[in-house]
Amino acid sequence: VHNGGLYKRPFNEAFEETPMLVAVLTYVGYGVLTLFGYLRDFMRQWKIEKCQNATEREEQKDFVPLYQDFENFYNRNLYMRIRDSWNRPICSVPGAKVDMMERVSHDYNWTFTYTGRVLKDIINMGSYNYLGFAQNTGTCQEAAAKVLSQYGAGVCSTRQEMGNLDKHEELEKLVARFLGVESAMAYGMGFATNSMNIPALVGKGCLILSDELNHASLVLGARLSGATIRIFKHNNMQSLEKLLKDAIVHGQPRTRRPWKKILILVEGIYSMEGSIVRLPEVIALKKKYKSYLYLDEAHSIGALGPSGRGVVEYFGLSPEDVDVMMGTFTKSFGAAGGYIGGKKELIDYLRTYSHSAVYATSLSPPVVEQIITSMKCIMGEDGTTVG
Amino acid sequence: FFSQIDVHLELEERLAKFMRTEEAIIYSYGFATIASAIPAYSKRGDIVFVDEAACFAIQKGLQASRSNIKLFKHNDMADLERLLKEQETEDQKNPRKARVTRRFIVVEGLYINTGDVCPLPELIKLKYKYKVRIFLEESLSFGVLGEHGRGITEHFGINIDDIDLISANMENSLASIGGFCCGRSFIIDHQRLSGQGYCFSASLPPLLAAAAIEALNIMEDNPDIFQTLRAKCERIHKALQGISGLKVVGESFSPALHLQLEESSGSRENDVKLLKRVVDYCMNSGIALTQARYLEKEEKCLPPPSIRVVITVEQTEQELDKAASLLKEAAQSLLN
Repeated sequence: VHNGGLYKRPFNEAFEETPMLVAVLTYVGYGVLTLFGYLRDFMRQWKIEKCQNATEREEQKDFVPLYQDFENFYNRNLYMRIRDSWNRPICSVPGAKVDMMERVSHDYNWTFTYTGRVLKDIINMGSYNYLGFAQNTGTCQEAAAKVLSQYGAGVCSTRQEMGNLDKHEELEKLVARFLGVESAMAYGMGFATNSMNIPALVGKGCLILSDELNHASLVLGARLSGATIRIFKHNNMQSLEKLLKDAIVHGQPRTRRPWKKILILVEGIYSMEGSIVRLPEVIALKKKYKSYLYLDEAHSIGALGPSGRGVVEYFGLSPEDVDVMMGTFTKSFGAAGGYIGGKKELIDYLRTYSHSAVYATSLSPPVVEQIITSMKCIMGEDGTTVG
Repeated sequence: FFSQIDVHLELEERLAKFMRTEEAIIYSYGFATIASAIPAYSKRGDIVFVDEAACFAIQKGLQASRSNIKLFKHNDMADLERLLKEQETEDQKNPRKARVTRRFIVVEGLYINTGDVCPLPELIKLKYKYKVRIFLEESLSFGVLGEHGRGITEHFGINIDDIDLISANMENSLASIGGFCCGRSFIIDHQRLSGQGYCFSASLPPLLAAAAIEALNIMEDNPDIFQTLRAKCERIHKALQGISGLKVVGESFSPALHLQLEESSGSRENDVKLLKRVVDYCMNSGIALTQARYLEKEEKCLPPPSIRVVITVEQTEQELDKAASLLKEAAQSLLN
């Protein structure tokens, strides 16, 4: 491992290589399904087989078609066959065991009917309930119920207009203390936190270096900002260093002027691969080339590190090295929403210029209370040793 | 993927039944609803005709979709028709390309930035004449317009199947968090796989979904609250009419009005400061108002600074009269 001296503990990552046979069979399988798909489309067009998906209105038949044929090919022929593995509704708290509604299909997954029976006590290995705060009993739930009767469910306004409750200020101070940063700001949705704040931080004339496997919200935020985007190979520090060197030496593509800002977008734990970012090396590179770091800890906050402070604590680094620490409350805290933490000037700037603060509603009060109680529990401030 | 709870299914069904459409889909954040719905259908190379006064969420959705955007003057059907005709002549030059470019019109039922309605019957006529699809954003008009609160389609008496997609957020009338889109299954089902805010994001907390269902129950059980709301809106609209220095912008039945300065002092900063003094005066005397907030550098067509006056059905008539007289006092003392 290059730069091995930066790690306090051995950093072992093991990814299984896909065996050759499995890869070949997968591709052959795709090929066979595609051929069958074409055959069935042909039969549907010549009305030999009944067409079962929803179709356009009679009056609008001569409009330009809404979906191009090929776009929907995958959806119609491949996804429909295995559709019943996804989106199964549950009817209880997503805890260790979960109750699910039974669902059958009589026409090969085109439509589903619910039989009304509930399958009970299924072991749940699919929900993002890392610390078990999604339960519906206990202190968190009682606190949330009390706040619900006091403040109501909805806020009906944006942060800058009428939606700034004292609960929000309390939450933000708590989040800042939890992360060890100067100040923090909370938003209503994790996805929207990324897609609305990256455009506020960078614009045209800036460079964004983002990892190959970044989440859709980071990609959307980067696109909406209008900056130039360059992608480096997943968790590959040599690739990142090469891109940084190129950027500093060559500057902007046509004018050769230096970039206004260089922002590196990484995640704490990548949801698609399950790999952890090589944070010490990224921070060393960041300091050497004087760029900014945006760390998305959606999955790692509350889950990594001896006291749950995230990937920064896992590697034993200081939170002041990371310029923008972003995370969500959905996974470990059992609530909804996102936050951004950092220096006071950064957060004050975001309070004025973030799209979400001006146009989107703020967090709902019972949700805020759930986050406050669960965070206090993790920090050990509620007096028990559960955290 | 294990986040669809039976409460969500129930809410989707109730919304679809209430709006009398085939299907509805729930998003967990109001802003993300329209900002994910537009890019799911309109891609690079498609053409979208948008009103100038469209709200920021629509603008972000259009930016994310990378389509060609053509703005037409607010509520000006002649301008829209001119743009459509230009597009038609372009099409005749290149018929092969025209056969695959999709066309959309995006309008709002009640505009948040100006408080007036869009002329939906004329839009429907233009839709069939030039073969464009209509996306309607009903955040403000859902639960306000129409006899039973079904929005602008009920207000004008239009068949709901004529509108391709209706999107609304539950944060205004239903006092919950989140948003929904409703329409025919043909259109809505596509969003389950390609709406970014739906696939890549956590779903609504069950608490808020249950709150929305209760709110729908209340709306269905008491259809006369809409009449009461409309009466109150008209009352405050009339009461605010004579204020010197401030003019009222918005329809008489819109629950959110804007009060703009009659003569602007020339610079936006001074206008904002002046309006702030009016708001502070009212705040000290017991009426909470707010200025309408915009991101000045990011908006395409920035509306002039204004105070937003919002009414709820719970306020009594005395309270409304008191608010109006207080505003008159404030305007008289500060603006003359």
